[in-house]
Amino acid sequence: MYKILRKEVFSPIIKLMDIEAPKVAKSCRSGQFIILRIDDQGERIPLTIADYDRERGTITIVFQEVGKTTEQLGAMEAGDYIKDFVGPLGEPTHIENYGNVIVVGGGVGIAPVHPIARDLKEAGNNVIGIIGSRNGDLLFWEDKMRKACSELHVTTDDGSYVRKGFVTDVMKEIVEARGKENIALVIAIGPQPMMRACCNVTKEYGLKTIVSLNALMVDGTGMCGCCRVSVGGETKFVCVDGPDFDGHQVDWAELSKRGAYFREEEQRSKEKHTCKCGCGGGK
Amino acid sequence: MADAPKAKKQIIPDKNPMPAQDALERSRNFSEVATGYTRETAMAEASRCIQCKNTPCRQGCPVEVDIPAFLKLASEDDFAGAIAKIKEKNALPAVCGRVCPQESQCEKYCTLGKKHDPVGIGRVERFCADWELSTGVKVPEVAAPTGFSVAVVGSGPAGLTCAADLAKLGHKVTIFEALHVAGGVLMYGIPEFRLPKAVVQAEVENLKKLGVIIDVNSVVGKFATVDQLMEEGGFDAVFIGTGAGLPYFMKIPGENLCGVYSANEFLTRTNLMKAYLFPQCDTPIKIGKRVAVLGGGNVAMDAARTALRLGAEESWIVYRRSDKELPARREEVEHAHEEGVKFALLTSPTKIMGDDNGVVKEMECLKYELGEPDASGRRSPVAIKGSEFIMDVDTVVVAIGQGPNPLVPRTTKGLEINRKGNIVASVETGATSKAGVYAGGDVVTGAATVILAMGAGKVGARSIHEYLQSK
Ligand SMILES: Cc1cc2nc3c(=O)[nH]c(=O)nc-3n(C[C@H](O)[C@H](O)[C@H](O)COP(=O)(O)OP(=O)(O)OC[C@H]3O[C@@H](n4cnc5c(N)ncnc54)[C@H](O)[C@@H]3O)c2cc1C
Ligand SMILES: Cc1cc2nc3c(=O)[nH]c(=O)nc-3n(C[C@H](O)[C@H](O)[C@H](O)COP(=O)(O)OP(=O)(O)OC[C@H]3O[C@@H](n4cnc5c(N)ncnc54)[C@H](O)[C@@H]3O)c2cc1C
Ligand code: SF4
Ligand code: SF4
Ligand code: FES
Repeated sequence: MYKILRKEVFSPIIKLMDIEAPKVAKSCRSGQFIILRIDDQGERIPLTIADYDRERGTITIVFQEVGKTTEQLGAMEAGDYIKDFVGPLGEPTHIENYGNVIVVGGGVGIAPVHPIARDLKEAGNNVIGIIGSRNGDLLFWEDKMRKACSELHVTTDDGSYVRKGFVTDVMKEIVEARGKENIALVIAIGPQPMMRACCNVTKEYGLKTIVSLNALMVDGTGMCGCCRVSVGGETKFVCVDGPDFDGHQVDWAELSKRGAYFREEEQRSKEKHTCKCGCGGGK
Repeated sequence: MADAPKAKKQIIPDKNPMPAQDALERSRNFSEVATGYTRETAMAEASRCIQCKNTPCRQGCPVEVDIPAFLKLASEDDFAGAIAKIKEKNALPAVCGRVCPQESQCEKYCTLGKKHDPVGIGRVERFCADWELSTGVKVPEVAAPTGFSVAVVGSGPAGLTCAADLAKLGHKVTIFEALHVAGGVLMYGIPEFRLPKAVVQAEVENLKKLGVIIDVNSVVGKFATVDQLMEEGGFDAVFIGTGAGLPYFMKIPGENLCGVYSANEFLTRTNLMKAYLFPQCDTPIKIGKRVAVLGGGNVAMDAARTALRLGAEESWIVYRRSDKELPARREEVEHAHEEGVKFALLTSPTKIMGDDNGVVKEMECLKYELGEPDASGRRSPVAIKGSEFIMDVDTVVVAIGQGPNPLVPRTTKGLEINRKGNIVASVETGATSKAGVYAGGDVVTGAATVILAMGAGKVGARSIHEYLQSK
């Protein structure tokens, strides 16, 4: 059993939790993820490691409520226990001194991008951060990102905070202003459409772009093949070969279709889970 | 065997049939197919054994269970004695009695089998084990603590057996298992209707009674490497039993369409995650009307039979060779036939086609004929030119085999692996190229059987014990 030590509510649908998991905290690195299962009936869901504290033995997760399991998790409180919590899974993000790196976090993707930005800056990079969300209420960790990056740009889709525009708009402006030859790498993490849009922009400039894919998963150890995706014409398992990939090589259409395959079932599961007490819908 | 009866025993030619659920009924539920002998039938079957002096049957059992001895005790209604006898050699009799391919092992060599039915050794073994599980298992004696700690990686039959033997010898054993429950393929692969998960968990509980710590949610190579376990974790030796969990695909176009599953995913969703209870359990599985399972082994039979139980209208086995070459156990093939699984033999897919949503719609196949026998003696299939035809299917399960998961080999310094990625380990000792590290089961042999994995676990335990003693 894994204890929830702290919970922070960023918005009605975006929440943070610190989970006591010393074994994971000891060895995890930025870019890796965990898989958790709330209870015996639960589904195994992957969430990126947003932060970690090796001394306290904790892992921070930030998640958006999109369906049954994330809603049930969101209804849990500090002091509650999660049945299963396994990690660190996946390969860590490759960190080296590239020079100028643009790091983009969209929506809930701000959380996983944070430790990567921090590591990149520590490795000597000039980290140009861009974070964005649909509106100002959904934005979080601006302060943490400001610290992790060398400079930070904030935008909202509806203009309710700082400025109006997508992260891609901001990115274009930056690349145009500084020259594409002065940017060594782009790392973009967020919802699939956002990562895809970022790749479309960077492709025009010929800027290498790393994305973190969120394929459907079951075991997360390379055993089932559920998470497979075509990258550069080859089949890769996101859970062990990734989750980071060269965004220009990813077959986005395939990824998004595979992600939608269980939509009907997900809907049924969510509807059954009507009550918000965390009991799992009275089962 | 000194007091074996001199007088020639009356031979009873026929095996007592195994009671089973009606084929049509069972093909729609997940309860166990074979319901098991009664006490009387078990005694009757056990007494068919003529107690051969040279015990040919034992040579067919990879762990050399003293078959005539346990059968004799069972025939005398001494099931406590019988199970104790079995357990001298076999730590998981409730599992082996159900899933051992007895027809090619112990029962293949039974004297009676030459002219009549062999003794139903597995069935009696199963009854003895179930009898013990229902009456309460006696915890075996554990030797005084030796002060040594051993890490076992993977909790399939190899790891479980190795851990049990080491614990009995007084070593402190921790099993690290990647998934959230122990049991390996016994939990995630072999379906509930062939091996109830409660039976597996009962065996796992017995292991805990020996003092073995089972650390689930622990992926070795991720939270710690084998080297770290030995250098920082305080383990004096390591046994690797990580199995053959990496699914192979056909590498044909369309294999990443929605509705194409590896057998591992299909069976894991169903067994481990209990998708057949969706939405009471949260993990879904989606199945169309017509399912094609590619492959002809036990895993393929399990997938095809599972598909029927999940509500498929048609479930097809698509296999390149003919019925005679099907690598699955005959019993499983027969069960599949009885339940209504259909067979497209001498057939192999060339591509899978999808609809606009990327969901499987149909599959193009080629017809095959059998050519000359190859080096292994099997007649190799040859494609018939121009025989392409379309199979109307909406779910495809790929069951063409598994390789070893590379996580542990890749992260362990100095561990020798072969071309296929299997860990190289001695058959006699389980020793690998790395001091203090032993391995066994499917990760060494490639996909094999439960009993062979157990045997390897036993060998590993014995060698680790010797290694620790000499330390
Ligand atoms: C490596 C990885 C890291 C992730 N990190 C985060 C994170 O840090 N924060 C966060 O909020 N989300 C993250 N996700 C997505 C998260 O796993 C899903 O939102 C979650 O599984 C949804 O479960 P649910 O039962 O609440 O919703 P469901 O009803 O199951 O699904 C709702 C939606 O989520 C998608 N989804 C469902 N299951 C999965 C799954 N196993 N993996 C990915 N997407 C899924 C579906 O396509 C669907 O659109 C990550 C996914 C991956 C693969
Ligand atoms: C569907 C199916 C049906 C079968 N039917 C039969 C049958 O009827 N009869 C028969 O005799 N055999 C059968 N087999 C084969 C048999 O199950 C295997 O040969 C046997 O389970 C191998 O045992 P093992 O201990 O080597 O590995 P496994 O049972 O594969 O167990 C390995 C364990 O190690 C864990 N693991 C892997 N990597 C790591 C890691 N890095 N860290 C921690 N843990 C890890 C895995 O999660 C798993 O739990 C079947 C196999 C399948 C897939
Ligand atoms: S363990 Fe398997 S092979 Fe050995 S006697 Fe039992 S059923 Fe037969
Ligand atoms: S070979 Fe058959 S009859 Fe002979 S001892 Fe073994 S089980 Fe009994
Ligand atoms: S999630 Fe099963 S192989 Fe990646």
